[in-house]
Amino acid sequence: MPFVVELIISLLIVIGGAFLLIGSFGMIKLRDLLPRLHAPTKASTVGLGGLLIASMLFFWIERGHFTIHELLITLFIFLTAPITANLIAKAYMLLNVDPNKDLPPSKQDEGWATFDPVGPEGYDPSEEYQEKET
Amino acid sequence: MLKRYLPHPLLTVVLLVVWVFLVNEISVGAVIFGLILAVVIPLITSSFWQDRPRLRNVYGMCEYGLIVLWDILVANVVVAGLILFRKTESLESKSVVVPLDLTSPEAITTLAGTITMTPGTVTIDLSADAKSLLVHCLHAPDPQSVIDDIKNRYERRLKEIFE
Repeated sequence: MPFVVELIISLLIVIGGAFLLIGSFGMIKLRDLLPRLHAPTKASTVGLGGLLIASMLFFWIERGHFTIHELLITLFIFLTAPITANLIAKAYMLLNVDPNKDLPPSKQDEGWATFDPVGPEGYDPSEEYQEKET
Repeated sequence: MLKRYLPHPLLTVVLLVVWVFLVNEISVGAVIFGLILAVVIPLITSSFWQDRPRLRNVYGMCEYGLIVLWDILVANVVVAGLILFRKTESLESKSVVVPLDLTSPEAITTLAGTITMTPGTVTIDLSADAKSLLVHCLHAPDPQSVIDDIKNRYERRLKEIFE
């Protein structure tokens, strides 16, 4: 394997590892859940991306067979990670956030979907939420 | 006839290609099983796809993908700097409201996913009438510039692709 390729692969692994480390460090350093959500999005983009590209290059040039699995892993992560983050945020908001005090108004006819979903006629989930408070 | 058995030709092609990539070899068995999946899955799920948007703007989609990848790289470095060199107390974390011009659910989902995958911003909620996104920023001293960025860079291009 030529030296330049070795260098590129090592650099990608080091960069990916560094971003994974910074992402994990952010999870410890940031104190609230919502800022903490930002750490894993870093880790799962450049951190994982660097490692996956390095793996693809290594098996392609060193072992001589081309694999596409790494691209599929990236695709699946891009499809699933935003949904996970959104569900975690929604669960956190239902437990800890008061929609009247802590959130900016939506500036539309309806409120935020987590607190003010469009339910069946006569059902208003926000009442249920207020009852829990008292 | 064709419409009835292949309600979503593009999905069929994508499923077949993804299956062959997953098996990681082009053999007769892999292609046949992939074909079975690629025909059956769109048939089962076709009732979910009734008003799907027509995607014709291939150039726009490539441009959008490249811009998002570049923004992810830049934002990663910025957020890494924030985490490493700023005191937690000095970070101005806040939620901003992004009013939407997009109307199709697919376009809004793509925009929300893009915002989440770009480090520094996470989509946390959508207004019940789907006209505003609630976006949480790790560090936003100037919320208006975040909103302008999202609207000019992503939403305008998505509008060209989906609508």
